[in-house]
Amino acid sequence: MFGYYLDLALHSLTRNKVLGALMVLAIAVGIGACMTTLTVLHVLSGDPLPGKSGKLYYPQIDPQDARGMMPGTLAPEQVTLIDGMNLLRAKRADRQALMAGGAVPIQPGSSSLDPFYVEARYTSADFFAMFDTPFLYGRGWTGADDEAHARDVVITRQLNDKVFDGADSTGRSLRLGGITFRVVGVLDSWRPNPHFYDLTTGSYNYYEQAFLPLQTALELHFAKNGSNDCWGNGTGGVEGNAYPSATCVWLQFWVELDSAAKAAAYRQFLVHNSEEQKALGRFQRAPNVQLRNLMQWLDYNRVVPGDVRLQAWLAFGFLLVCLVNTVGLMLAKFLRRSGELSVRRALGASRRALFAQLLTESGVIGIAGGAGGLLLSLFGLWMVRHRASDYASLAHLDPAMLLVTFALAIGASLLAGILPAWRACHVAPALQLKSH
Amino acid sequence: MELRPILATLRRHKVILWLLMLEIALSCAIICNGVFLIVQRLQHMDMPSGIAERELVQIQQAPIEPPADRFARAQEDLATLRQIPGVQAVAMSNQVPFGGASSNGNVMLSPTQPHPTLNAAEYFGENLVQTMGLQLVAGRPLRPDEYVNADVVIKALADGNDKGFPMPMLVSQALATRLWPQQNPLGKLLWLAPTASFRVVGVVATLARANAYNIATAQYSMIIPVHMGADKDQSYLLRTRPADRQQVIAAAVAALKHADPTRVITHMRAYDEIRSDYFKDDRAMAGILVSVIVALLLVTGLGIVGLASFWVSQRRKQIGIRRALGATRTDILHYFQTENFLIVTLGIVIGMVLAYGLSLWLMLHYELPHLPGIYFPVGALALWAIGQLAVLGPALRAAAVPPVVATRSV
Repeated sequence: MFGYYLDLALHSLTRNKVLGALMVLAIAVGIGACMTTLTVLHVLSGDPLPGKSGKLYYPQIDPQDARGMMPGTLAPEQVTLIDGMNLLRAKRADRQALMAGGAVPIQPGSSSLDPFYVEARYTSADFFAMFDTPFLYGRGWTGADDEAHARDVVITRQLNDKVFDGADSTGRSLRLGGITFRVVGVLDSWRPNPHFYDLTTGSYNYYEQAFLPLQTALELHFAKNGSNDCWGNGTGGVEGNAYPSATCVWLQFWVELDSAAKAAAYRQFLVHNSEEQKALGRFQRAPNVQLRNLMQWLDYNRVVPGDVRLQAWLAFGFLLVCLVNTVGLMLAKFLRRSGELSVRRALGASRRALFAQLLTESGVIGIAGGAGGLLLSLFGLWMVRHRASDYASLAHLDPAMLLVTFALAIGASLLAGILPAWRACHVAPALQLKSH
Repeated sequence: MELRPILATLRRHKVILWLLMLEIALSCAIICNGVFLIVQRLQHMDMPSGIAERELVQIQQAPIEPPADRFARAQEDLATLRQIPGVQAVAMSNQVPFGGASSNGNVMLSPTQPHPTLNAAEYFGENLVQTMGLQLVAGRPLRPDEYVNADVVIKALADGNDKGFPMPMLVSQALATRLWPQQNPLGKLLWLAPTASFRVVGVVATLARANAYNIATAQYSMIIPVHMGADKDQSYLLRTRPADRQQVIAAAVAALKHADPTRVITHMRAYDEIRSDYFKDDRAMAGILVSVIVALLLVTGLGIVGLASFWVSQRRKQIGIRRALGATRTDILHYFQTENFLIVTLGIVIGMVLAYGLSLWLMLHYELPHLPGIYFPVGALALWAIGQLAVLGPALRAAAVPPVVATRSV
């Protein structure tokens, strides 16, 4: 029976080409707009470390002075160098890393390449294991290297290709800002989006190419990137090579905690730590502690741009108009065929059968609209990629969104078909047949 | 035109009537708010910077190894750049309007107040007024002998030492008006840290911040007489004639490279690029909104065409009878045009309510101001126009139905 309905649907679609094309077009345009914006939203709000993100936490403590203190004041979004080093050395989590963004000049050995700057991350040993970074060659450095201020560097595949022609460069030396470093590892392509571990350098499409021990970078006064917040007489970032003062937060601290119990214990530790610091007179405020996991941290920082959400809402509004439009057109189309439907009724087809036939027809319109919508959303995403936004290059359709496209198109057109089909199959056959 | 027969007919087609009205209402609500959003974006993109945008170029450089004295290096570089033919003025600045990377300070009106009054941009660098082409509306510019090297200021702050303060500073007119409404800002004191006080010696008309997200605070700027070193994030600004910009960039890069062959030039561009880069998202959003509005009008228009055609074909016989009874073609044409006008008007009335609701929702979620009343007629006019345009074809076809149809059975 379904095959027959399908046949009828195709026949009816081709009989009135203009009306059929209008309906398919309306659904295609609506679906195209929706899927373009939904895909961008989906890509931007995705989990940068699936499977691992639930175990990663971003502790916040409040070392600010008592001036301007108000109940409910939010803790700073970064840590000071002193607090960061204290928490790092306390080693109370399964893994922990302290970090800051920066930029280092690379002086390639070959004379054919001019020196150039790359974005860098100054961090501590656990960074690589904690964030599951894939290594192409070698590995990260150790905690002992951190304390020894080792001249070690981990570079990305991209930088390795540029400077070492893609060879296994572990153990080879690389000059950074006049200092000779030893390459200990090469990362395979690793581009977490959003750039979750440091949102102050921009949330999307920001990639470091060199990773070096934080204490080494600080000793050598390598330039820092990112923002800092100061209080009291604190100054920060005025000079590229001098670091913010003790009353400024400018580093990020991440911990890995394997269970909820450990997370609870770590929160307790943070509270104790703040109380202790207050007793010592370094902190002036009552403990003001936050421990958000990765996704909560992204959510708190509203990393997905407001414009992207607005565009998604706009697209859904547009789809709604397209659907209402389609409902109207389908109603016209079905009612126009009252005569034909009456004949079928008179010959014994039940209302249910007629309803099924008409819904099949809406489904066919939906599939055609979905195919058109898919093409339009591919075009839409191509347009997004050619925009100048930071996230432009990320806008690609994945298999999940492909399925969503067709599900949405067919669902929407079936929904749009219900009312017209119901009205059409309640036409009184005798009356219709008589008048013709 | 008699409205009663139209209303009577419409009453017999309630479902299609409601669908059409709903479609028009939704379009109307989206269009009213969409046009408002577009205007907001355009206004944002139009934000004045206060500087001579077409005459400025920016060059950023970074040394491979830090120079022995980076303050001396900055002065040498500035002297080198000043020699370039076509350059009218040079300056070094820690930030530029709409540059993105910003340096800001919390402003207090007394050293002991618990909460800062507001946050404003801190511009550092000599010769900024002349190079950026700022308009001084009161007081005097900063003198070369008033400038202090940044490391001296940082050390004084770290030691809690107030020697050297209050320092002179320039403020933007917007900041002066906000801090001291109805008063003469010249000679007034403000604090950026408990020991760091500043005295206003001059006021510039406009100077936008590097991160001017919020239109209300975008023009809160201060110029402080601090020298910066020749570091990675500082900008050399060169003022020249618009036609000479590319030439000056090339010559300046060559001169800087000549002075220190190992340094890296990280950015070199005309100021126009900075502005266009900063507002790229606004431009994209305005473009998207325009296309959505056009698409909405198109879809709505095509929907009207489809449904009107259906109605015309359904009523061929009635039209024939009316024609046979003496109605002219114009009567039939006007009938369908009036019918469409009625439906669209009803849709617009509902649409206005929806538009208001939508604007409330947007205000809640996107920090937008109230939808001004002026935008309501915009959606109405657009939909009336598209409705009349869309119905014209089917209505003409209806008018062409010959009276003889009345005598035929289908």
